[in-house]
Amino acid sequence: MAVHVKYFASLRERIGRAEDRLDAVNGMTVVAVWAALHQDTPLPPNTLAAVNMEYAELKQEVRDGDEVAFFPPVTGG
Amino acid sequence: MRVELREAPFDPLAELGHYQHTQAELSGRYGATAVFIGTMRDFNDGETVQGMVLDYYPGMTEKYLWRIVEAAHREWPLLDTLMVHRVGELQPTDPIVLVAVWSEHRAAAFSACRFLMEELKSKAPFWKRERTSAGSRWVEHNTSG
Repeated sequence: MAVHVKYFASLRERIGRAEDRLDAVNGMTVVAVWAALHQDTPLPPNTLAAVNMEYAELKQEVRDGDEVAFFPPVTGG
Repeated sequence: MRVELREAPFDPLAELGHYQHTQAELSGRYGATAVFIGTMRDFNDGETVQGMVLDYYPGMTEKYLWRIVEAAHREWPLLDTLMVHRVGELQPTDPIVLVAVWSEHRAAAFSACRFLMEELKSKAPFWKRERTSAGSRWVEHNTSG
């Protein structure tokens, strides 16, 4: 199964790209998606995650076709 | 109700007047309108800010703004809500956000307007990047109020 991964704001700059695609395995969690793509870089503290445009816990499991996003604390308004 | 992301500068008071005049079902029904306008300053954290970029998550940002508006309408007896938020390149003095709420009486309008702004600030996926004479920097967190 595959998941589509997006990065925003300072996290996108730090990583140097806006998107990734990952061949994930069943039962993979959001934080495991990060770990699979960034073996040398722990998830920065305070990073927020979303699955299919809904805020998600890092332990949430992803499914085939999900869009997973990682981004820093929001600063709108 | 209207929720809108705007790429270009806008005049919040003109926007408010136009919206209110064109909502026929509002006419004669509201006794209270509460308005919040957020405006870009030319300084932050002790530095002069020359410009700003507002980044967002297309799709999720709109979804959360609507969700916040719907939550306010469940919580208070509101007649209507208008929310306009800038994205893209901003200059100091540019309006960033307009929130307007119409209700029969003031309590609901005041409370809902505050709620909408606090929820927007803490949940809606927007990120500010400021440009100063020393370069540009991402704003790391919002102020507490």
